[in-house]
Amino acid sequence: MASLTINGKAFEIDAEADTPLLWAIRENAGLTGTKYGCGIAQCGACTVHLDGAATRSCGVTVGEAVGKQITTIEGLAAGGMLHKVQQAWIDNDVPQCGYCQSGMIMAVTALLRDKPKPSDADIDEAITNICRCGTFQQVREAIHAAASA
Amino acid sequence: MTHMPVLSRRSFVIGSAAVGSGLALGLDLPFGGPGVVRAADGSPEVNAWVVIRPDDTVVIRIARSEMGQGTLTGLAQLVAEELECDWSKVTTEYPTPGQSVARKRAWGDFSTGGSRGIRTSQDYVRKGGATARMMLVQAAANEWNVPVGECSAASSVITHKPSGRTTTYGKVVEAAAKLSPPADVKLKEPKDWRIVGKGVKRLDTADKTTGKMIYGVDVTLPGMLNAAIKDCPVFGGRLKSFDDSKVVAMKGVKKVVKVGDSAVAVVADTWWHAKVALDALPIVWDEGDNAKVSSASIAKWLEEGLDPAQPAFIGNQNGDAKAAVAGAARKVEAVYSYPYQNHATMEPMNATALYTADKCEVWTGTQNGEAAFAAVLEASGLPADKCDVHKLMLGGGFGRRGMTDYVRQAVTIARQMPGTPIKLIWSREEDMQHGRYHPITQCKLTGAFDADNNLTALQVRLSGQSILFSVRPDALVNGMDPAAFQGLAPQGEAAIGYSLPNLLVEHSMRNPHVPPGFWRGVNVNHNAIYLECFMDELALSAGQDPLDFRRKLMGKHPKHLAVLNAVAEKIGWTTPPPKGVFRGIAQHMGYGSYVAGATEISVTDGNKIKVHRIVAATDPGYAVNPAQIERQIAGSFVYGLSALFYGGLTVKDGRIEENNFDTYNSMRISEMPKVESIIMPSGGFWGGVGEPTICVAAPAVLNAYFAATGKRIRSVPLRNHDISFA
Repeated sequence: MASLTINGKAFEIDAEADTPLLWAIRENAGLTGTKYGCGIAQCGACTVHLDGAATRSCGVTVGEAVGKQITTIEGLAAGGMLHKVQQAWIDNDVPQCGYCQSGMIMAVTALLRDKPKPSDADIDEAITNICRCGTFQQVREAIHAAASA
Repeated sequence: MTHMPVLSRRSFVIGSAAVGSGLALGLDLPFGGPGVVRAADGSPEVNAWVVIRPDDTVVIRIARSEMGQGTLTGLAQLVAEELECDWSKVTTEYPTPGQSVARKRAWGDFSTGGSRGIRTSQDYVRKGGATARMMLVQAAANEWNVPVGECSAASSVITHKPSGRTTTYGKVVEAAAKLSPPADVKLKEPKDWRIVGKGVKRLDTADKTTGKMIYGVDVTLPGMLNAAIKDCPVFGGRLKSFDDSKVVAMKGVKKVVKVGDSAVAVVADTWWHAKVALDALPIVWDEGDNAKVSSASIAKWLEEGLDPAQPAFIGNQNGDAKAAVAGAARKVEAVYSYPYQNHATMEPMNATALYTADKCEVWTGTQNGEAAFAAVLEASGLPADKCDVHKLMLGGGFGRRGMTDYVRQAVTIARQMPGTPIKLIWSREEDMQHGRYHPITQCKLTGAFDADNNLTALQVRLSGQSILFSVRPDALVNGMDPAAFQGLAPQGEAAIGYSLPNLLVEHSMRNPHVPPGFWRGVNVNHNAIYLECFMDELALSAGQDPLDFRRKLMGKHPKHLAVLNAVAEKIGWTTPPPKGVFRGIAQHMGYGSYVAGATEISVTDGNKIKVHRIVAATDPGYAVNPAQIERQIAGSFVYGLSALFYGGLTVKDGRIEENNFDTYNSMRISEMPKVESIIMPSGGFWGGVGEPTICVAAPAVLNAYFAATGKRIRSVPLRNHDISFA
């Protein structure tokens, strides 16, 4: 058993300490917005925030996440209001299949916290998620739109 | 080569069984009728395509699958256009294949591949919308006791012009649903469209930004267990034995089961527990003779097929190319090749199955609901009225999810645990190593010039794998795979855009044991590289500009030429590029659409490419949603250039070597420039959108790379040439 704090709520998780956080979030906490893509921290589909930092949850264990604030895509909207990045995603019609977009949005929200007005070069450096549909053009436009929202 | 690869016959059985096991029924597209059919919430169907709720919400039924390509929204636009409904009140739902079969295939074909989602159903879905509108207007006229000709509909409101009375669809739908459908239905002229042709927002975006969208992998059912699977890594091999005593006591493990004759699965409380136990499970494979096959042995076998003495199918021929080449003043020859590629959808293959003695239901993302349904019937042994498939959003398809191997596996596992829902998820490694791969081919091209520097002949000799041979042998024509000539055909939806006095296009079919599948763009990917890079080689030999050289051969192909001219103009072909920047151009045709691409790149140290600009044009006949077409064009460049730079799978000991994104990489945002799209629908035909443009991505970059370096690259991927993104 492990105690995890996800989206501000306490979860008693029946998983071994070496279980990847991704699977504890999906299977034990039942929050399926965080996606499995590769399991080796390459694609970024499983990106969540750990104490505010964008983190690939397939590469972190439950044991390592204990005591940290975990934020998933489900915890991004606050007080019934979408996060400005989510709103920019809707306004710019970003997702195609959408499977990578939870991770993409989590990576972008962390970027905007560090750099509220990112340049294209900042985006190139910080956003390394794979999108097989190829939504990059809309992702870039929506990041700039969110930054100026 | 000492060993001839052996083709697995299993895929044959799957393909033909799909037709035989309950779907070989007549097609009966209903446009309404006397008996009122009700949706699950009690709202009446006006016909199979349209349900209207009392609050005026319009539910449009969509048979094709949404996998990111926008078909769901595009088809809804087509129905809504004719229905004259309020677009802001439109929502969609999928009928199930089981419901469709029970209603004599009321929704027609569910297959979502070949860029057909819109173009092959636009006619009957528009008719569905128009019929429903006429019935709704008739119902209002009946209620008012006025001639129907005095009434009209707009934005879900029906107006009786002389009196100014109005009502809404939601108020008359009960009466409309009882009417007989009109016999004569006239569709609107494209010039009168007001929803079709507009880049309206997708209908499925909001839930994709909040984590609420449910993909197959997210399905949760009461009492559900999870399964992880390993199939024999050598295609065509078998499962010999496994020692489950080593894992049955591991945490969460419920059962270890054989799946067919080649796979084993661990079923556990969570998927993670299942995967950990599967990794610990001792398995012995009977790999069979295919274990002797390697990339080198396949390449050698394909190379032999380039020899004109070997038998080949002729896909396009005019004049006498062999004689013209023999008598040529000058000959140009080159050999190209294209490797295996994996679809690598972001969501690995998965399906959830619940089997009981008298029912089998499956929840999954599929590009072909009816094929998945047929697979459920066959794997469960139950009849059509006891089975169904519930389609979910696909985390990418690109052709992979038109196959049903993973559905069959899930049912086979669930059948061994009746009453318990089983969610089968493939690991990324399983997904990479059990794909239905882009086929492998080689191609020898020969061009002949006369003494006056005119191109007199072209020979294109393909050697390699046929997808249809493995997946749809019923579609072969006297053994020949017509699709192998995609983009090189004499006419039709994938016609070559050049006229030559002497032309010969042949295919020496050679089918290695690695299973092929339809991979976004399918055969145009390699055919466009072969033809369009070689066109540049011919232009160079002739001492002509690549664009001018092409244009001279395209006089009888005005639509091919129009898209080529459009990209040339936009990239500024006739004005010099910025210093250090070089251009490439390509055109092709596939899926009924005409496409062209032009790029500007720079090259550092001879091997580091930066793509500065991409211009792409398409003429798909009609553009239902230009905003989505733009996204499909840009996305297909990401997919195509990922394959060019990072892709390419190798075969060792009969299996695919690459097993995750660290060895089979994909482009990132930093590597991708903005794509400048030109959407130029010329009308009069319906072409596809999701796939056609991908094929010009690679040749437009390869031709620019030659312009920059003088080096002609004739094989994919670029990483094998030590070429990377800058």
